[in-house]
Amino acid sequence: MEHYLSLFVRAVFIENMALSFFLGMCTFIAISKKVETAIGLGIAVIVVQVITVPANNLVLTYLLRDGALAWAGLPDVDLSFLVLLSFIGIIAAIVQVIEMLLDKYVPSLYNALGVFLPLITVNCAIMGGALFMVERDYNLSESVVYGFGSGFSWALAIALLAGIREKLKYSDVPEGLQGLGITFITIGLMSLGFMSFSGVQL
Amino acid sequence: MSKHTAKEVLLNPIFNNNPIGLQILGICSALAVTSNLQTALVMSIALTLVTAFSNLFISMIRSQIPSSIRMIVQMVIIASLVILVDQILKAYAFSLSKQLSVFVGLIITNCIVMGRAEAFAMQNPPFMSFLDGIGNGLGYSAMLIALGVVRELFGAGKLLGIEILPLIKDGGWYLPNGLLLLPPSAFFLIGLFIWGLRSWKKDQLEKPAFKMAPQVVTKEAY
Repeated sequence: MEHYLSLFVRAVFIENMALSFFLGMCTFIAISKKVETAIGLGIAVIVVQVITVPANNLVLTYLLRDGALAWAGLPDVDLSFLVLLSFIGIIAAIVQVIEMLLDKYVPSLYNALGVFLPLITVNCAIMGGALFMVERDYNLSESVVYGFGSGFSWALAIALLAGIREKLKYSDVPEGLQGLGITFITIGLMSLGFMSFSGVQL
Repeated sequence: MSKHTAKEVLLNPIFNNNPIGLQILGICSALAVTSNLQTALVMSIALTLVTAFSNLFISMIRSQIPSSIRMIVQMVIIASLVILVDQILKAYAFSLSKQLSVFVGLIITNCIVMGRAEAFAMQNPPFMSFLDGIGNGLGYSAMLIALGVVRELFGAGKLLGIEILPLIKDGGWYLPNGLLLLPPSAFFLIGLFIWGLRSWKKDQLEKPAFKMAPQVVTKEAY
């Protein structure tokens, strides 16, 4: 239990998806103008992440890894070069399902997310989570925890940024920095703040 | 927007319509690889090639793709190209590919590739799309290389591993700024680059949507 807890805290604070790995930046910047939408998107990312990371883990363990097809009588087959292709396929499929569900049951959120919902497919945080899972050799239960942690870290970061940007619009920003420029500087400061967690030993 | 000359398509994205500076595309995997110039260069080349060829192939079959499944078709093409790049890197530059870790794979989810495929390659003939891919790749590379140079030069006193500014600890005079090797500096630098770019090209300024009349709120901006 303790192991999972430390994995979670590590994923949220120390290895924050958005602030220390720069993942999911496009949506991170584009959707963070309002807290409400930001939280909605954050929750969507958590949900997608919790489903896709373990799903990808299963596919990796039982289909793609070197020797994983032993149960089918093919112990010498190594399909690991297909990892990228199959992960993106799985992610796209799951996002599509979530999109349809949102359209049916939460149309307000569906409208708010607009064109950016399909972009969750190309959200690097989702793909990045799956790829980090491969690189760090998580097992199934670890990958559930990691998926939740990394999704949560991204949601936390985007909610915080949206909070700051809502206030920021009342401030007098130099001309060239308007919009995108000041947003980057803000993210930089946030990331500096999150770096203070990096000394925490778990 | 319907007619493009080759030169426009190739050169516009570098300064006038920079994918990172203006279109907010492809920042995702960009920043993490810029802490030194070598990885930034490799990443730029990889991305330029992937964007160019994915644009080319998607444009070739654009009239055959049913629009309801175009995303997945684009995805498959892009993913195959990225797998190719990944395998080549693993075969010929293993240590480099270890350094880039997951970020080569993340070219798939790089919004530039997908964004250009969707915005340009679906409407334009193959050759133009190819040029557009190269142009956008170059725009991305310009930003990446600038970041890589600044971060490695001032953060470690080196360029491509060769010492430029002799460090104090080796008897030189330069005290490296360790912050530049850490993630936050990438955000600051890119913010400053955008500031510079927009002060130079005035038309890229975002309208101050949030500006208020002094002391009086007439209308909420959003």
